[in-house]
Amino acid sequence: MPDVVPAIITNQIPMSFTQLAFYFFAAVMVLASTMVITIRNPVKAALFLVLAFVSGACVWMTLEAEFLAIVLVLVYVGAVMVLFLFVVMMLDVNLTRLREGFGEYLPIGGLVAVLMVLEMVIVLSADSFDQQNMPRPEPQAEGYSNTKELGRLLYTFYVYPFELAAIILLVAIIAAIALTLRKRPQTKYQNPAEQVAVRREDRVRLVKMAAERRKDNQP
Amino acid sequence: MIPLAHYLILGAIMFALSVIGIFLNRKNVVILLMSIELLLLAINTNFLAFSHYLQDTAGQVFVFFILTVAAAESAIGLAILIVLFRNRHTINVEDLDTLKG
Amino acid sequence: MFENMQLVYLAIPMSCLTASILAGVFGKKIGRVGAHSVTIFAVGLSFALSLVVYFDVLAGNKFNGAVYTWAISGGVPFEIGFLIDELSATMMAVVTFVSFMVHVYTVGYMHDDPGYQRFFSYIALFTFAMLMLVMSNNFLQLFFGWEAVGLVSYLLIGFWFQKESAIAANLKAFLVNRVGDLGFLLGIAAIVFLFGSLDYSAVFSAAPQAAAVTVPFMGGEITWITIICLLLFVGAMGKSAQVPLHVWLPDSMEGPTPISALIHAATMVTAGIFMIARMSPLYELSETALSVIMVIGGITAFFMALIGLVQNDIKRVVAYSTLSQLGYMTVAMGASAYAAGMFHLVTHAFFKALLFLAAGSVIIAMHHEQDMRAMGGLRKPMPITYLTVIIGTLALVGFPGFSGFFSKDAIIEAVHLSKLPGSGFAYIALTAGVFVTAFYSFRLLFLTFHGRPRMDQEARRHVKESPWVVTVPLIMLAIPSVLIGAWYVEPMLFGGFFEDSIKVLPEHNTLGQLAEENPDATGVELLLNLMLHGMMAPPFWLFMIGAITAWVMYIDKPELPGKLAVKFGAIYRMLMNKYGFDQFYEQVIARGVRRIGSLFWQIGDVKVIDGGMVNGTARLVGWFSGIVRTIQTGYVYHYAFAMIIGLFLLMTLFLNP
Repeated sequence: MPDVVPAIITNQIPMSFTQLAFYFFAAVMVLASTMVITIRNPVKAALFLVLAFVSGACVWMTLEAEFLAIVLVLVYVGAVMVLFLFVVMMLDVNLTRLREGFGEYLPIGGLVAVLMVLEMVIVLSADSFDQQNMPRPEPQAEGYSNTKELGRLLYTFYVYPFELAAIILLVAIIAAIALTLRKRPQTKYQNPAEQVAVRREDRVRLVKMAAERRKDNQP
Repeated sequence: MIPLAHYLILGAIMFALSVIGIFLNRKNVVILLMSIELLLLAINTNFLAFSHYLQDTAGQVFVFFILTVAAAESAIGLAILIVLFRNRHTINVEDLDTLKG
Repeated sequence: MFENMQLVYLAIPMSCLTASILAGVFGKKIGRVGAHSVTIFAVGLSFALSLVVYFDVLAGNKFNGAVYTWAISGGVPFEIGFLIDELSATMMAVVTFVSFMVHVYTVGYMHDDPGYQRFFSYIALFTFAMLMLVMSNNFLQLFFGWEAVGLVSYLLIGFWFQKESAIAANLKAFLVNRVGDLGFLLGIAAIVFLFGSLDYSAVFSAAPQAAAVTVPFMGGEITWITIICLLLFVGAMGKSAQVPLHVWLPDSMEGPTPISALIHAATMVTAGIFMIARMSPLYELSETALSVIMVIGGITAFFMALIGLVQNDIKRVVAYSTLSQLGYMTVAMGASAYAAGMFHLVTHAFFKALLFLAAGSVIIAMHHEQDMRAMGGLRKPMPITYLTVIIGTLALVGFPGFSGFFSKDAIIEAVHLSKLPGSGFAYIALTAGVFVTAFYSFRLLFLTFHGRPRMDQEARRHVKESPWVVTVPLIMLAIPSVLIGAWYVEPMLFGGFFEDSIKVLPEHNTLGQLAEENPDATGVELLLNLMLHGMMAPPFWLFMIGAITAWVMYIDKPELPGKLAVKFGAIYRMLMNKYGFDQFYEQVIARGVRRIGSLFWQIGDVKVIDGGMVNGTARLVGWFSGIVRTIQTGYVYHYAFAMIIGLFLLMTLFLNP
């Protein structure tokens, strides 16, 4: 990082709006993520996750991936996060027990994380990813549609993987339903089909028997 | 202009945060799943950054599929969580040690 | 006579095999008559074809070649092939003739036996195996025939498998033969190792060059040929029941009498003799082996005959006589008088089969009583049997003119002329053996047929001559027992009948020297010469003394044997115990092997394999798992940590390639 940051400063390039947006949303994203993993309340954690995803979507915007950014907001913020919140609220969770020994593994977790970041920094600080070797491409021309471009690829070159993805989603739907569906034997319900199809023989039974005589007439 | 390295560093920080999250919230399955979502977000960011800088839309296609799988995974994961809670009345990972050797 | 002799050669054993399969597999369907018809027809056909082959060979038409290549491994072909020359043609004729006679005889002897079809299947199979053995032109087929006759012998000794003693006897025969077969197999292996071939002719032609190849052995040097010859002789010792592997033959009398005649007297037990004669080009190259053979044969000839003196079971007497006669043949092999040995083999096959079948005839008449002490005076009710036994006895003891005389005399003379170490001992043993042979033979004759009857009234009334299926084979065998010696003495001993099949080095040629003593004589003149010479020679007088002694002891003074047995108690007991071979094998070898086996079982199997390897492996795995299972906490996050740490290590690996 040390030789990246000075490059920006020495080149004296004024910070454009894109840059401003990127650094802002990146900072929000990191902060929100930190909150997600540290906050006590799972509901709040889910909300911070929403924030992290929205800022992530904004970062993706700066990478000219507009379609995916919108999909991220729609799918994750709109669907998955609602699912999370729903689950968290539905489950009557004893939070205090879950918080026991919260920081117990922080040293080793932190150590591993720091080591990973260090390793990645070593990799990234090499020249291969700097401005000269990997210059930012020119913005796309006006009228260019990222959605259209992606769709063109998905429906031609990646059509089979696309179909597979559809099947995966289908399987996920079925699996989720199959897992959560349960029979309740105690529940009482009516079966209209059986009610309609009932016959006389099922309900009435005629029994032949000898006529009864009153016993008290006999001595 | 934003160099590629900054996007990658953002991805690395996010990744490391999710790893720490997994370590910290080892008992709460819900937060664990959230950490995994964050982890995937970090990786997706890396994919998109490379896709942009290399001018190759294949990276975006990849992200598309990862999102699909991740959505499926979280749906099933939450379903499992619900069944688990229904049967055991807990989502504490420490109570789930049937596989203990 | 036949266009394709090869087909005839094939038909000879194959007809027997086919009949055996028919009688064995479809025995229930074709019934008793069907079973004996098909086997007798097949063996009769074999005999007829063998005669055809025999005369074909005499006309100079020999054959040596493979008819089927089974496999080729490492350049050594495994073939089924036939070597048809005088030696094998003679054997074929003898085997099929005796077998044919025994087949006919069996119809009468086994008349009431429930295993009738099985028995015919076995003896036909035996004929097939024996023919394969004698017709073979390679060691593999020889070994096949060798083992096959052993197998059938095992099956037939234990034919009455409800009898415990029969089971013990067949097991004993099988085990003792295994010892011999091991040596035989090692010998064949040594041949393949030295010559790289299993074919007789290839081995024999290469043998003189290989004669000098030696190996260090117990501080000295020993030639490969000697090793091979001795190993092969171990096999012959097992099959031909030479001391010390003879113990199975007397016990094999547990089998039905036709089998004793066919397998344990006439044919199978002579396989070892035949094999040595066949291997004469090898044995000629090893004087050590010849000496060993001669000494072993001498021991067998004399000491086994002695045991015959004290036996009371009629079949056992004949069995010990067989052992002794096999010793004679073995000595002939050792003295390089192969032709004399083969000659004795042929004559012995006839008269010993005759004696056995006659003994069987007596046993039928006595309702399966075999003890000679319960017989006596059978001469009158059984004239044909009596007459044939006399012929057989005279042939056996070598009365001048009978077949045994020519062959046995030739052997004794040849041994006398042999200069190899051990020939002196062998000569004394054989000559003394003549006396013992005469003694036990006439003892049998007198005890069975003369004197006053010792059976009870009930049995005496039932004694009658056997049916024609029994007596006809006796007569048929009696004819060659008398004549075959005189018929063949000239060509076989002096005419070079076996010249092409048997190789004798000039310095060992005892029979050649014998021939020089009768330089000009031919035909009847030669026979008379031989007989006159025989009358003068010690064997004849020994035989006379033996016969007279037997007469004195069993006719004149019947109380004498008992007194002698008391007086020479130690010798008597030793003979009754058969020199303790059985006890030695039982006490030392069998028990020792059992003890070693039990040791291996206790230590090797129970401790090392079961305890150490099987349970030990399980225990090791269990112990290791007990340690490893603590890693498996069952907590999801521990597995997650493991994954993350693994990921970290992987990244480190990528960073430092």
